[in-house]
Amino acid sequence: MKSSPLRHPVKQARGLGAAKDGVGHWWVQRVTAIAMIPLGTWLIYMLIAMMRTADAWHVQDWLTDPMAAFPLALLLGVMFYHAKLGLQVVIEDYFHAPRLKYTLIILNMFLCFVGGFLSILAIMKLHLSLQTPIW
Amino acid sequence: MNDSSSVRPPRPLSPHLQIYKPQITSVMSILHRITGIFLFIGTLVIALWLWFAAYDQEAFGCLHVMLNSLPGTLGMIGWTGSFFYHLFNGVRHLFWDMGKGFDLEEVTLTGISAIAFTLIATLAIWWLLLGAGI
Repeated sequence: MKSSPLRHPVKQARGLGAAKDGVGHWWVQRVTAIAMIPLGTWLIYMLIAMMRTADAWHVQDWLTDPMAAFPLALLLGVMFYHAKLGLQVVIEDYFHAPRLKYTLIILNMFLCFVGGFLSILAIMKLHLSLQTPIW
Repeated sequence: MNDSSSVRPPRPLSPHLQIYKPQITSVMSILHRITGIFLFIGTLVIALWLWFAAYDQEAFGCLHVMLNSLPGTLGMIGWTGSFFYHLFNGVRHLFWDMGKGFDLEEVTLTGISAIAFTLIATLAIWWLLLGAGI
C-alpha cells in the first residue's frame, strides 16, 4: 500500500512490531483457546466414546442431536484454526532455511484448512442424514 | 571494536533444551508444545474418522480396528492425556497473559495442579469408558 504524502511513514509501522503483522496471530491463538474450553469439555467424553464404536450408525445417531453436531463442528473448526497458528510457531522456531520454512508453513495452512473443511462437511452430512424432512 | 570478536566461534542458537537442568517450568513448557503437536496429529485422525463415518463405511471399519487395537487404545489414552494437559496448562497461560500467577511459588503450585488434574481427568474418563465396556 502506498502511503499518502500527508501521512507520516511511522503510521505504517506503529503497532506492527517485529512480526510485521501486529498481534493478530497472538490474539486469535488466545481467542480460539478460550472457545475450546467449553467446547472441548462438553464433547471430549462422547467424542472418545464414539471413536471406540464399531458402527458408523452410532456416530450418525449421536450427530443427529444438534447439541452434539453444532458444538462438534465449531470445535473442529476452531481446533484446526488453533492448530494452524500453533504449528506455524513451531515451524518458525525450528526451520530456518527459507524455502523449507515457507513450504512447511504453506503445507500446514493447506492441511489445517482441508482438515477443518472436511470435518465440518462430514459432520453436516451425518447430522442431516437421519433428520426427518420437515417439508 | 576489538578484533577478537571476528574469530569467536558462532554463538549458540536457542533453544538449547538439552543443556539445561530440567525444571518444572521448562519441562511443562516443552510438554505444552509436544502435546500440541500430538493433539494436531490426533485431530487429523478425528477428521479422517468423521469423513469415513460419513462417506466410507469400509474405511471406517479399518480405522475402527486400528483405534481399538492395543497401540490404538494407548494412542487414544495418550491423546486424552495430551488434551487435558494442554487444556489445563493452557489455562495457566491465559492467566499469565493477564499478568497473574508469576510468583515462583504460584508457578510451581499451578504447574503441579495442572499435572494432577490431567492425571485425574484422564484416568476418570478412561475408567468410565473401559468400565462401560467401550
